Amino acid sequence: MERPDWAPPGIDITMPSVARMYDHYLGGSHNFEVDREAARRAMEFMPGLPKIMQANRAFMRRAVRFCVDEGVSQFLDIGSGIPTFGNVHEVAQRADSAARVVYVDHDPVAVAHGRAVLEGNDQAAAAYADLRKPREILGSSEVAAQLDLERPVALLLVAILHFVEDAYDPYAAVAELRDALPPGSLIAVTHASYEGIPVPQEQADGTVGVYKDIRNPLIMRSRAEIARFFEGYDMVEPGLVPMPHWRADTELAEEDPWSFSGFAGVGRKR
Amino acid sequence: MSADQDGPEDRLRRFATIWSRALFPVTATSLTRPEFESQLTPLAQQLRAALGERVFRAADSEAVGAALVATHCTEPEALSRTLDVVDAYLVLYCGASAADGTAAAEAGAGGREELRARCSRIQHAVAAGFARALRERTRTEQEAISRAALDARGTVAEALHASEARFRAVFHGAAIGIGIADLRGTVLEVNDALIRMFGGLEHQLRGRNVAEWTHPDDSPHVWRLYEELVRGDREHYRVEKAFYRPDGTVLWTNLTVSLLRDADGVPQYQLALMEDTTERRLLNLRLRYEATHDALTGLPNRTLFFERLEKALSAGEGARFGLCYLDLDGFKTVNDSLGHAAGDRLLVEVADRLQSCATAPGEMVARLGGDEFVALTTGPDTEHEVDELAGRIMHALATPIRVEGRELTVRGSIGIVEGPAAERGAAEVLRSADITMYRAKHAGGNRYELADPEADARAITRHGLTTALPVALERGEFFIEYQPLVHLGDGSVRGAEALVRWLHPQHGVISPDRFIPLAEHTGLIVPLGRWVLEQSVRQARAWEAGAGADPAAGPLRVNVNLSPCQLTHPGLVSDTVEILERAGLAPGSLCLEVTESALIGADDDLLKPLRRLAEMGVDIALDDFGTGYSNLANLRRLPVSVLKLDRAFTQGMQHFPADPVDLKIIEGIVSLAHSLDLAVTVEGVETGAQADQLRELGCDTAQGWYYARPGPPDRLHELALADAT
Repeated sequence: MERPDWAPPGIDITMPSVARMYDHYLGGSHNFEVDREAARRAMEFMPGLPKIMQANRAFMRRAVRFCVDEGVSQFLDIGSGIPTFGNVHEVAQRADSAARVVYVDHDPVAVAHGRAVLEGNDQAAAAYADLRKPREILGSSEVAAQLDLERPVALLLVAILHFVEDAYDPYAAVAELRDALPPGSLIAVTHASYEGIPVPQEQADGTVGVYKDIRNPLIMRSRAEIARFFEGYDMVEPGLVPMPHWRADTELAEEDPWSFSGFAGVGRKR
Repeated sequence: MSADQDGPEDRLRRFATIWSRALFPVTATSLTRPEFESQLTPLAQQLRAALGERVFRAADSEAVGAALVATHCTEPEALSRTLDVVDAYLVLYCGASAADGTAAAEAGAGGREELRARCSRIQHAVAAGFARALRERTRTEQEAISRAALDARGTVAEALHASEARFRAVFHGAAIGIGIADLRGTVLEVNDALIRMFGGLEHQLRGRNVAEWTHPDDSPHVWRLYEELVRGDREHYRVEKAFYRPDGTVLWTNLTVSLLRDADGVPQYQLALMEDTTERRLLNLRLRYEATHDALTGLPNRTLFFERLEKALSAGEGARFGLCYLDLDGFKTVNDSLGHAAGDRLLVEVADRLQSCATAPGEMVARLGGDEFVALTTGPDTEHEVDELAGRIMHALATPIRVEGRELTVRGSIGIVEGPAAERGAAEVLRSADITMYRAKHAGGNRYELADPEADARAITRHGLTTALPVALERGEFFIEYQPLVHLGDGSVRGAEALVRWLHPQHGVISPDRFIPLAEHTGLIVPLGRWVLEQSVRQARAWEAGAGADPAAGPLRVNVNLSPCQLTHPGLVSDTVEILERAGLAPGSLCLEVTESALIGADDDLLKPLRRLAEMGVDIALDDFGTGYSNLANLRRLPVSVLKLDRAFTQGMQHFPADPVDLKIIEGIVSLAHSLDLAVTVEGVETGAQADQLRELGCDTAQGWYYARPGPPDRLHELALADAT
């Protein structure tokens, strides 16, 4: 029979996890053969996936630094996954030693790993919650312990919204989070899209199919659809752009062609 | 070109740049390329040192390989490219400076060979260091992720356990019955509430098949819905369903069944939620019974009867029905004389007898209210059956009923309606039966009549009259006729009894016995009675004025009937006084007639207004004397001055010679009345012989057709004048 809503899902490491696949794309070994197998199949259609992930990480790094420069040093990173390096708390706390970070993921293994990594760091915590239920995130003990929701917060939604199907209304979820944060808060988003991918859409669909097979559908959205996530926010320069274009600190010529897939942007709550 | 630009540091930087450009595309770092290059620069320095060292220390170069892994150059390609870069550029850019102060520096071509060999050893060591570090890192990370998976599993298992425990608590603690069965219908799980509903034995539920729980009251769609659900064509359904408990008793439930699917949407189980509605259903049945049955007799009531009648009338082509409408004759008298409790017992007995008359399928008996009953038959041959039914009813009533030690003869009038269904509505059928019953009653009662459409059309229903009554008073449709009261001694007119009539716009003149009971029932009798009193008193005053003062004859008096309702009305005395005063009539010119039955068992409270009126000089006559169970001893305490003998006594005198017993009785009554100082008036005098006899018996006044029929007031005056002359 069906599990009640309030019971957590079981852990089945024979099923690929997008968090561990992400780690694999980034060269990490926090993954199992099922994850690598799925990642390899996805890369058959989009061999540049690791470069896209790398561009995501690079954008996040620049965005975190931007936030700290703007005086926002509380971070809520939803869909944080299991990345090996360049994590938000490392970047943020290097820029501002008082920075506080809450990681949120609905993959229990990712959360367990996050907690192990963060052991001894009392300015960062990992929470088990789902973006589709923003109230659970905002009401979590980790958020209560780490973040002061009266002061601006940087909400990071990096490479996560494209895993939320329309049926779960990601716009409403983002709106609820936005409404809970005070003016001056920032939101950083990256999102997959057919736009900017250096292969035909039909080929990219192969990758979409792989994610569908592992029951983690990848939802490609248009730039206009992605822009709607920023409703109620003022876009920070240069707006919603391919990831390398966002406040680049290096020559675009050196960027891998795959890194221009999808869009990134930062908005500020009025 | 300055020396700086081509100095050792510059050359080292150029090496680092080349190296970083080669590696950057294959790293996973999130640093920019220049940032990445700055991470490689110290490694380049280490390589340069390793190249120039006098004694080669493999560990230094291995550290460079390990450091590469630390900068997230974990792809094998990164090692390959590093080795290529070292091979092609290390000696080229770092050879000269590395050679500074080393043995190889002066070696020239031989020294170059040395550098190449050293470079080669460096590459081996870097590769080894890279491999070792990568292996370590891979192991560490694999271990970390495995531990994370284990931790998460533990957390999830705990949470699952807790959730399972909560779920169990909900499942077993629920007040609602919950059962889970597989799609073949085998019951897998039941909760405590469900076990209790079914009588408390778990093994009688678990393992059984849902399909066994059929019940005769199951509507066909219950099992159709079930089939649809287990086929996966329906997600849930909700029905009212009965079950047999193992002990054979019936459990009624509100049953909701839902289909449970697995994560892939494949149907797995069926979940039943059951609410025990047995008690509620019983209560509903009882309420329904109470709403559809007469509390006194237990017979179906008007509501249920109408339901059945409507059903019978909509039975379709070819169906017929038969209906008997029974009204007891003279029931009111029983009620008035013996009291309501006795009346009720009589009704109960009548109901029982009627019930036994209609026992065939398709027959029913109901009590419409009061002493009105109906019997319905819907058998195959209603024309014949309804006749039989009416006969059985008459027969059943023939045996006297014993109430409070008295044998009461009960008679009834029945109106029969028989005909094809689907021609008329229930209300119309009942109206026709009612009219027909009245016809039977008018024909003397104790009989039944068959409905006749023509008679129906002419007939006046009680319902119609009842609703028309209030308007009739407003519109002045009532009028009064006066029947003279003649002094038996000298034949002079002494007064008249006022008799109210209704001139109905459609039905013409209606006699009081048709509408007075209705007016009493609706309470309209009070205003109507006041109106009659007013009119009569005014008329008496007019006679007085017209006659002039004729002391010999005395004033013409007027007799006005008072209904039991008026008797108890608090305004009786004040209204009467006011009316007399306004008209200027002496109280002695008014006689109020009260029926004997209205005063049966009257207490002092009821008699008080009459006493006050009598004290004022108003005469009180006891009407219809001799019809009730007259308590002669009671006469003493009543404020009565006149006895009006019922026409029943005079009827016996119409034949000649009169029954001597009748005469004896009248004589006795008259003598008793006179000894109590009461005058005696006789009603229904139709012949001169009667009049003579009554005079001889000592009666004081008489009224009847022999003298005059009731008529307009002027005629009375004429009679009086004629009489006086």
